[in-house]
Amino acid sequence: MSGLTTLLQSSIAFGTIIMFGALGEIITEKAGNLNLGIPGVMYLGAISSLVGVFFYEKNVAEPNPVVCAIIAILCAFCAAALGGLIFSFLTITLRANQNVTGLTLTIFGSGVANFFGGLLNGFAGGVGQIRVATTSKVFMTKLPLLSDLGIVGKLLFSYGWLVYVAIILAILCQWYLNKTRSGLNLRAVGENPATADAAGINVTLYRYLATCIGTGIAGLGGLYYVMDYTKGTWANDGTIENLGWLAVALVIFAIWRPKNAIWGAYLFGFLFWAYLYIPGLNRQSLELFNMLPYVVTIIVLVFTSFRKKRENQPPNSLGLAYFREDR
Amino acid sequence: MANVATHKEPLVRIAKRDSIPFWKSTIVRLISIVLALIVCGGIIYLLVKVNPLEVYKSMVEGAFGSFSKDYKFFNRRTWITIRDTMMLLCIAVGLAPAFKMRFWNIGAEGQILVGGIATAACMIYLKDLPPVVLFICMVVTSLLAGAIWSFLPALFKAKWNTNETLFTLMMNYVAIQLTSFFVALWENPYGSNTVGVINPTGHEGWFPSVFGQDYLLNVIVVMIVTVGMFIYLKYSKQGYEIAVVGDSENTARYAGINVKKVIIRTMLISGAICGLSGFVAVSGASHTISISTAGGKGFTAIIVAWLAKFNTFTMILISMLLVFLDKGAIEIASKYDLNDYVASMITGIILFFILGSEFFINYRMIFRHKNKEVQ
Amino acid sequence: MQNNIAVKMQNITKTFGKKVIANKNVTLHIEKGEILSLLGENGSGKTTLMNMLAGIYYPDSGSIFMDNDGEGLKEVSIRSPKDAYTLGIGMIHQHFKLVDVFTATENVALGLDRSIAFNKKQIATDILAICDKYGFKVDPDKKVYNMSVSEKQTLEIVKALYRGANILILDEPTAVLTPQETDMLFDVMRNMKEDGKSIIIITHKLNEVLAISDRVSILRKGEYVGTVDTADASVQSLTEMMVGQKVTLEIDRKEPHDKKERLVVKDLTCVNKYGVTALDNISFTAYGGEILGVAGISGSGQKELLEAIAGLHETTEGSSVQYIAPDSDEKTELIGKTALQIKNMGVALSFVPEDRLGMGLVGSMGMSDNMMLRSYRKGFIFTERTGPKKLANKVKEELEVVTPSIQTPVRKLSGGNVQKVLVGREIAAQPTVLMTAYAVRGLDVNTSYTIYGLLNEQKEKGVAVIYVGEDLDVLLALSDRILVLCDGKLNGIVDARTTTKEEIGLLMTHIREEAQNNG
Repeated sequence: MSGLTTLLQSSIAFGTIIMFGALGEIITEKAGNLNLGIPGVMYLGAISSLVGVFFYEKNVAEPNPVVCAIIAILCAFCAAALGGLIFSFLTITLRANQNVTGLTLTIFGSGVANFFGGLLNGFAGGVGQIRVATTSKVFMTKLPLLSDLGIVGKLLFSYGWLVYVAIILAILCQWYLNKTRSGLNLRAVGENPATADAAGINVTLYRYLATCIGTGIAGLGGLYYVMDYTKGTWANDGTIENLGWLAVALVIFAIWRPKNAIWGAYLFGFLFWAYLYIPGLNRQSLELFNMLPYVVTIIVLVFTSFRKKRENQPPNSLGLAYFREDR
Repeated sequence: MANVATHKEPLVRIAKRDSIPFWKSTIVRLISIVLALIVCGGIIYLLVKVNPLEVYKSMVEGAFGSFSKDYKFFNRRTWITIRDTMMLLCIAVGLAPAFKMRFWNIGAEGQILVGGIATAACMIYLKDLPPVVLFICMVVTSLLAGAIWSFLPALFKAKWNTNETLFTLMMNYVAIQLTSFFVALWENPYGSNTVGVINPTGHEGWFPSVFGQDYLLNVIVVMIVTVGMFIYLKYSKQGYEIAVVGDSENTARYAGINVKKVIIRTMLISGAICGLSGFVAVSGASHTISISTAGGKGFTAIIVAWLAKFNTFTMILISMLLVFLDKGAIEIASKYDLNDYVASMITGIILFFILGSEFFINYRMIFRHKNKEVQ
Repeated sequence: MQNNIAVKMQNITKTFGKKVIANKNVTLHIEKGEILSLLGENGSGKTTLMNMLAGIYYPDSGSIFMDNDGEGLKEVSIRSPKDAYTLGIGMIHQHFKLVDVFTATENVALGLDRSIAFNKKQIATDILAICDKYGFKVDPDKKVYNMSVSEKQTLEIVKALYRGANILILDEPTAVLTPQETDMLFDVMRNMKEDGKSIIIITHKLNEVLAISDRVSILRKGEYVGTVDTADASVQSLTEMMVGQKVTLEIDRKEPHDKKERLVVKDLTCVNKYGVTALDNISFTAYGGEILGVAGISGSGQKELLEAIAGLHETTEGSSVQYIAPDSDEKTELIGKTALQIKNMGVALSFVPEDRLGMGLVGSMGMSDNMMLRSYRKGFIFTERTGPKKLANKVKEELEVVTPSIQTPVRKLSGGNVQKVLVGREIAAQPTVLMTAYAVRGLDVNTSYTIYGLLNEQKEKGVAVIYVGEDLDVLLALSDRILVLCDGKLNGIVDARTTTKEEIGLLMTHIREEAQNNG
């Protein structure tokens, strides 16, 4: 029983990272921008928050936990959104190809993050020597009392608070996309920008905002990864990039619906960690087992294109630049 | 009702260009690269505070060997630069037909890996065969592996219009896990979590050196593929069909072309050549297989193929530029005690500039020419 | 009178590129509470002019004045559709601007910035209120992709009204409607007029103009011709204003000789991808050695007719197109065969489609490569290049194609030169049947005459030429017989030498049936 509990706990922790990424990408894609730079912006979010609080904690005798948290979140969000801004400028204003620009953003983001991560490690005296204890502790703060409620408490309330932020954010995104006027406009921009334009919606503005806010949210995934998941350390091991691509996969798996991203993310986490608890798996079959999230995503993708149900298709103008006089 | 009567004509309007002379577009691209180099120089200057000119010199030395009195151009460094250029070029050439057909094959990473796995498998299990037979096996299996990997997305695209960008992207990660599986299977020595150099003593299945050069065969193989692809795309009937389908499916129908068949066939070729790059990477360079055999080159090659506008010879230049930047940045990193990742950062910046410059080639801006008095 | 004007457009000019002048110095106005018809042939610049009111295009020169607050006309600048909405202008485009996966309610709510959350129920109630007021039928919860064309159009109008549009522009609204639906639309339009709205209806159907509008403004070739009160207008007077004075075109038309049956079309019926019957039981015969003109307002089934014959469009059971070979009199059925199969059977069928760069040519290729689009299968593995190159040079020389080189992508050539390349290639294939759709659209006079000359030359050679055209003068001067399509139905085949423009104009619209019914 405790094995299962631990598995579920690690699934939820893991799922939270990609949930942030997927939520950001859903918002971006719903506006018609296919941003393959998600791994890159998660990197940017991760490293910026780490660098930000590292210097704060280093230069202040008694770091204030709240200030730490604010610095981390601001750094992560803004750095990632800045990555999104580069993407938006190139693809929306300069009409560069979205796929190519996104991939470049991933190369750039991983370069920047690992470069400064390496510098930071060197600065701190070696890999694993970075100490952002106060901040990390803030992000790992569990809900008091509730987490002591036996198994239920462990399962539901034993995580750092960003886990709950992710869920709330997902619900907010779901509400935003389906229940608000602005969300309606955003979806229209992604489905049919010419129609949105004719209805008086500022297509360019919506795409800029969706992309920048979306990447900002994805950046929080990076923040959660460094501050909670790896407890405030940095390693140049490419993990964030893999997580980023899983986030892109999760968007498809969730058929562009934030609420599906919640359980989808935890399912991906479950599939990722389940091998630890399946008896008789050797190292080889373990690697095959880890294919599952991607295979499942492909099946979902194929299945939705079979069913041709209109609501489950990717946004109609996904990946295409819009130019009003282009007709 | 809001009063919008005071609007002026928009400040800048954008219109598509009819055409731009070749020299002009070349100048725009060169300017973008120069601007990007200046920005990169500035960043490196901020980091290490050395004369940017020194930095550029180090980059050149990193790619082509340090300049000393008895400098020879074809030194070891240059050869490694050439080897890596060839690798990148081979993948980009593989992507060319798919892109020309407007099929977004971003699954090169996976196609390289499965090609590499096939090659490594031949090297491990068939090393007792005569070299010629072994090489034929390696080439054929790697081609097949890559083709199979691209067949699925192509089939679903042709039959059900499944989004190929997302499908091929996912196939990359399936391939990565598959590679991890084989790495674990072939682990050597036990517990190292790597395959190690395959056939370190007998060099079975290694590219032989030609004229005393270890990597000359890589150049020969890739140049054959490059020239072959150039001819295929430009002069063959199938290449013609690819171009028509890429331009307009309606026109293809009008010309009596079976669009589905062309999509599948082209993707098989595209995947096969990416698989072949895996063969070149394993047999001709690293002599081992790991998940970094592709190492992001599958993604970089997409950018190469896109920027070259499907012209395989332009791809040579762009591959060279990117590998040069990579090697140069790594040299700076080691010289000034930074780390290798500075290379990705610089590559990213330069690519941003080049991508942005395309706008000025395809569009022109019309500024407001007169200020109308508004009542 | 002055204060009764809702919108005034003054000296509006709009050009596309350097050569195409869509509107030249147009001045017209719309009064409050009236229905104005904007009449003109295809390509006369009606839609472009209205797009400038709707904020899709921005005029190159000229001014737009509006009376928004009842205090007289003020100059306005409409830079975007949003500006247009704010000014109370709503346009219903021919291609509906609706999001397919949204419901009616969601589409109506689109782009309005009022409250953060939107109250679906409230909007649905408002929609139903508008429906009640003017007599529409809309299901607020229905998704657009489940709607019929007429439902979509209704939704577009409701959307504009919901936004408080006082000036409604309808772009060829009846083109996609059945007669019954058209009647319903007209009733609604009258109701809106009663309510004080100004309505502009873009059309080229004279009977509709007479039935619905108060005044008619006429455009011809981008220029303003004049405005008349509908009460003072007749089909004849309007036709004259629309098509202009009879122009004597000096096209050298010879009497057909050795006419031979070439294509026998029987009961040809096509359903387009929207499930609408685009061609309804068409039967006719095309003869070798004559030019058969095809007239009709655009979208009457011309495209489907040619594509079905060429093996590019599905047909329904019972359709038949028989090809009779010129030498052997051997009969071949073309229906049910693909374009490639038809070609392989040795049927020399040439087709110049309407969409030159989207269907007939590959825009990114040069002349030389385009020459082999239909013949590239010659040769083993590699394409044969010298033939197409020679042909390209020949076409370039003989038709005086202006291009830097035969390698320059044809997309970069002007419309006329693109057409010459396409026609040149199709004629070079030595066809026995030559079909052309709008072969001279957008071309200057000289190029047009070159094309007419080529077609006549083919006729002399015994080719069966089918010429789909829009300029009635040309159809009259070029064709031997004219087939008139209306709403996918064959309304008659007339002798081009004896008929008049008015007769064809009547056949193109429903007038003839009505005239018969009344008489």
